[in-house]
Amino acid sequence: MGTQFDFPGGIHPPDNKLRSLQTPIRQAPLPDRLTVPLRQHRGDPGRVVVAVGDHVLTGQPLSEGQPGRSVPVHAPTSGTITAIKSHEVPHASGLEETCILIEADGRDQWYKLAPCPDSASTAERYDHLHRTGVVGLGGAGFPTRDKLQSAEAAPDVLILNGAECEPYITADQALMRERPDSVVAGALALWRLVGAGRCLIGIEDNKPDAIEALRQSAEGTSVEIRVVATRYPSGGERQLIQLLTGLEVPSGGLPADVGVLCQNVATAVAVDRSLRLGEPVIQRITTLTGEALARPGNIEARIGTPLDHLLFEAGLDPQRLHRLIMGGPLMGFDLTTTGLPLIKTANCLIAGTAGEFPDPPVPQPCIRCGLCEQACPVDLLPQQLYWFASAGEHRKAEHFDLFDCIECGACDWVCPSHLPLTEYYRHSKGVLRQEQKEQAEADHARQRFEERQARLEREQAEREERRRARQQAREQRHNVAPAEASEAATAAATSPTAPGPDRETLIQRRDQARQKVEEAQAQLAEAREQTPEAVPKLERALNKHQKRLDAAEKALSDAQEDT
Amino acid sequence: MWMNLLLAIATLLLLAGAFGALLGYASVRLRRDDDSLVEQIDAVLPQTQCGQCGYPGCRPYAEAIAEGDAINKCPPGGEATIQSLANLLDVEPQPLDAEHGEEQPKRVAYIREAECIGCTKCIQACPVDAIVGAPKFMHTVIESECTGCDLCVDPCPVDCIDMIEVARGIDDWVPPHPADRPLTHDGPVIATDQRPAEASA
Repeated sequence: MGTQFDFPGGIHPPDNKLRSLQTPIRQAPLPDRLTVPLRQHRGDPGRVVVAVGDHVLTGQPLSEGQPGRSVPVHAPTSGTITAIKSHEVPHASGLEETCILIEADGRDQWYKLAPCPDSASTAERYDHLHRTGVVGLGGAGFPTRDKLQSAEAAPDVLILNGAECEPYITADQALMRERPDSVVAGALALWRLVGAGRCLIGIEDNKPDAIEALRQSAEGTSVEIRVVATRYPSGGERQLIQLLTGLEVPSGGLPADVGVLCQNVATAVAVDRSLRLGEPVIQRITTLTGEALARPGNIEARIGTPLDHLLFEAGLDPQRLHRLIMGGPLMGFDLTTTGLPLIKTANCLIAGTAGEFPDPPVPQPCIRCGLCEQACPVDLLPQQLYWFASAGEHRKAEHFDLFDCIECGACDWVCPSHLPLTEYYRHSKGVLRQEQKEQAEADHARQRFEERQARLEREQAEREERRRARQQAREQRHNVAPAEASEAATAAATSPTAPGPDRETLIQRRDQARQKVEEAQAQLAEAREQTPEAVPKLERALNKHQKRLDAAEKALSDAQEDT
Repeated sequence: MWMNLLLAIATLLLLAGAFGALLGYASVRLRRDDDSLVEQIDAVLPQTQCGQCGYPGCRPYAEAIAEGDAINKCPPGGEATIQSLANLLDVEPQPLDAEHGEEQPKRVAYIREAECIGCTKCIQACPVDAIVGAPKFMHTVIESECTGCDLCVDPCPVDCIDMIEVARGIDDWVPPHPADRPLTHDGPVIATDQRPAEASA
């Protein structure tokens, strides 16, 4: 069944998928040591809730989510935490981030899992998904709860993305053809959760086995299997939505804006297992492929498994390895070391040989042929963006909708000059994001500075005011004093010490002083028992208060004698 | 003849005088809003409030620039700020004036807490209230609020404040410009001999 809708552009690269589809999904043996990065999603890392030396069970939370987009991670197997430290993580930058290192005890004892109760409200179910660490498993790693919450009303259409359009990757295809029931169960679970009008599973026509399996499993349910023509990047979220519904997600908007929710098929399975069994995301299916592997295929491995462990399982020939890519050949990034852990978003690992992935030819100047413009699936002007990005005119690139670029790499693929166009766009986006961040920081600093200035001025004004008031009072007293003196003289018979404080004030003062002395005595008694080093200081304080009390009492008695 | 000449000169003088008066009046009456210019300049400045430009904060420097001061006195902003100012004011960008300091990576103040005597001098110096503490109690810097201006370092009587470079994590990482990346090999340069192995075979 074809579709009546279309998206612009797209390319047809050789898909190279068969190599990893010869065998069923294998289980990776448990490694001895695992490295769990705190951040395996788009957002901020969670807060660690375990300590070095703790023994953890499989599925036990290692971190907890913080406000904002911060998703917890869980222990992939039972064992002891040996370190919590910076470790290289799979990222294009090759930088380090905080990871939790676990030494497996080999018993793989499970933590007590709590399924989501049937009585739970939708919001509680979302939170349950968050607690079990569910993020988009298609590659972007967007926290699932936040995606589900992005729609204010129930979406019209729920789309499960099983298109998997990028060459080499077959993790979703393997899942769909071997576990179609769990995919359909996941679709139904998500559907119930978000209450959409329809539920479609979008899948490319180069996966007949998966289509057949899903059709059989979906029989008797209202889940529709929609087959789309094979074309890269039909598996891009916005492109698949356009193919299946004809709706275009607006620039800078979300699928929710057109009443669509799109989730990857593997994510749907994870959602189902999280709700029904309480199982956190601690394993995933990942494709191991490339000519440098003797036993390519799909492997179900625990998160945190070292990549060299997986590559060894797949029979890596280090002599032939030329490029190691995480993700697909078009959107993935190169890894420089195999000592990295498997993360939630790692759907594919390609160990390519030099023949398979030759070094890119030296880029030639852009000849303005316009092929990139024809290939662009979002109708941008790639060559224009390239001119701006390469000249450092990032603002202009932004005006040409740079941020609508999905970085699919279709323009690179067709460029006859072999320009690494997407790299330019990524750089440009990075610079602009950094600028935005710095601007936000500067604005924040300005606000704090201005508020401080205002506060200082206010304090200064208050001081001025007080000083003036005092001065006025003094002047008044000065003027009034002679008059008062004569009055006092007449009253001398009853009160010879005329301009002193009256009796009530003195009593008040004495009471205050007495209270202070009592407080100091209590503190001293407490300090004697608990903090002996503070005793001398407190004794001095008590003496001081005692003297004040004596003085106050004396003043009072003097006043009383006088009257 | 002379009459005509005088008449022409008089006419021109009159016209010049009239237009001059008009322009003069317009420049006073329709004066460019200085405040909005200062706002715009202030928005470009990095807001570290460090005073390295010689003015007590970014806003005063913005006012000085609006009055015609040089635009190259801001070391924390560096080349990027000078470029933005040059664009905004439509003047030639100049290199950073070394007299006012050098461009440095972003730093934040760090108080060695064991040595702090609680004198509050740094708190008074901080232009953005990024230091918490009280008399005779240990002080500490709120890292996220610190602009790295240096102003707290000098007043400290026990020299317990260090300026440390901010560790740049994945969030701050900017993908490199492809032209800056070293070429992985020196392959064919001309498109027609792209595959030398096949060509020779």
